[in-house]
Amino acid sequence: MIGSVIIIGAGIVGASCARSLATRGVDVTVIDRSAAVSGTTAGGEGNLLVSDKAPGSELTMALHAAALWPRLSAELANELGTFPDMEYEQKGGLVVATTAAGASPLLSFATAQRDAGVQTEELTIADALRLEPDLNPAITAAVFYPQDSQVQPVIAAEALLASARRHDARVLQNAPITGPVLSADGALVGVTTPTETVRADAVVIAAGPWSGEVARTLGVLLPVFPRRGIVLVTSRMRHRVFHKVYDADYVGAVGSDDAALQTSSVVESTAAGTVLIGSSRQQIGFDASMRTEVMAEIAAKALRLFPFLADHQVMRAYGGFRPFMPDHLPLVGPDHRLPGLWHATGHEGAGIGLAPVTGDLIAAMMVGAEPELDVAPYSPSRASLAPFLTEVA
Amino acid sequence: MVSRLIPFRDDPIQPSEPTPVTITFDGEPLSGVVGQSIAGVIMANERLGFRRTSANDAPRGVFCGIGVCFDCLVVIDGVEDVRACQRRARDGDVVTTQHHTLPEGEGS
Repeated sequence: MIGSVIIIGAGIVGASCARSLATRGVDVTVIDRSAAVSGTTAGGEGNLLVSDKAPGSELTMALHAAALWPRLSAELANELGTFPDMEYEQKGGLVVATTAAGASPLLSFATAQRDAGVQTEELTIADALRLEPDLNPAITAAVFYPQDSQVQPVIAAEALLASARRHDARVLQNAPITGPVLSADGALVGVTTPTETVRADAVVIAAGPWSGEVARTLGVLLPVFPRRGIVLVTSRMRHRVFHKVYDADYVGAVGSDDAALQTSSVVESTAAGTVLIGSSRQQIGFDASMRTEVMAEIAAKALRLFPFLADHQVMRAYGGFRPFMPDHLPLVGPDHRLPGLWHATGHEGAGIGLAPVTGDLIAAMMVGAEPELDVAPYSPSRASLAPFLTEVA
Repeated sequence: MVSRLIPFRDDPIQPSEPTPVTITFDGEPLSGVVGQSIAGVIMANERLGFRRTSANDAPRGVFCGIGVCFDCLVVIDGVEDVRACQRRARDGDVVTTQHHTLPEGEGS
């Protein structure tokens, strides 16, 4: 039984772990090297997707998350009162194939997902155009995913943190981790920052793509790598995109191991009337430069879905780093190599959606309750990760 | 904030005599001078609200004034979402404020 926990990273995953633990009576300290919610959580779109996940352990977690979010957003709104609205909306995802060759892979992917419990609706082209009247009519197949949702990730993470604070969690900002505190028998029992030493029964690394760096500081090697993404934002316009609409080749880009640039269209509108256009994936370390060739490719591909966007202006662009795992599964659980160390990271582009489930799993394991899902697939000691632990070490 | 057009004879930068320009703003004729932006003409006539937001129906006007923020969007001669601060006023321009309500019945 764990009574006190340090969480490293105040993004949405750290915030979820903090709330799940603090509401179960655990003494929680969240430590972030800079300001809370200023990293990966603030650099994405806030997609809560089941549609891009193939049957398997990540989809299991995503389906659980899809059921959890409506309850969580209502709970937080109730608890926090006047807090800003986190804009949770189950707007649904429309996935379309834009080539003749792409149609049948999309439909068979959707069939496999349906067998795994995902709600899917295969649409005729005419029905797809009724959902999205400005969609390119030259699409070759369309599947609607009613469970796909979105949230404003920064507000959601701040709300989770605020709730944790109400349950007496402490949040230390601008406090980089400088080293471990080890017990006489070698267990991790705390961390040091430039100004203080914090002790606890366990330490959770929830530092997204910087988790590898934090782990190294604490004495273990961890294969979490940054995967760059860029999003374009148009100026506001009359609402003409009503769901999350994306090109079926997005699924291939998410699951790929390729380090080179990959782009795939994801288009959605915000309440303000701006349209967010993604997506890109590129492994270039922590290079945060805005690359025009990436932006140009994203913009050009978006026109395959919505030709009308050609007449609109891109107002700005932003980017972030996803925490990429070489075996494409989140890392949630105790580290078998260093007693006292736990991980809650490696969700790649799905961390916003999967954060609440991750927090609940960590908390259940720590307080000795039965986790709501089988946690073995996410364990740092899983077989699929072993070769990478050796390779990195 | 108050914006006003200085009579050209009082203007310390001593411009040449301006040519007047007239536009309509939500049907009302507003006068300005050639060279002013649409935003300049509207503000010199003491109007500050150019549009209302979809989410909260809140007024928006000139925020940055240099084409970056896209807050001062208006409809000009039927074209939506034109930045009033970036468009020179031309005689006879028909300018209207805009407001788009949120789409209803999200999802299918």
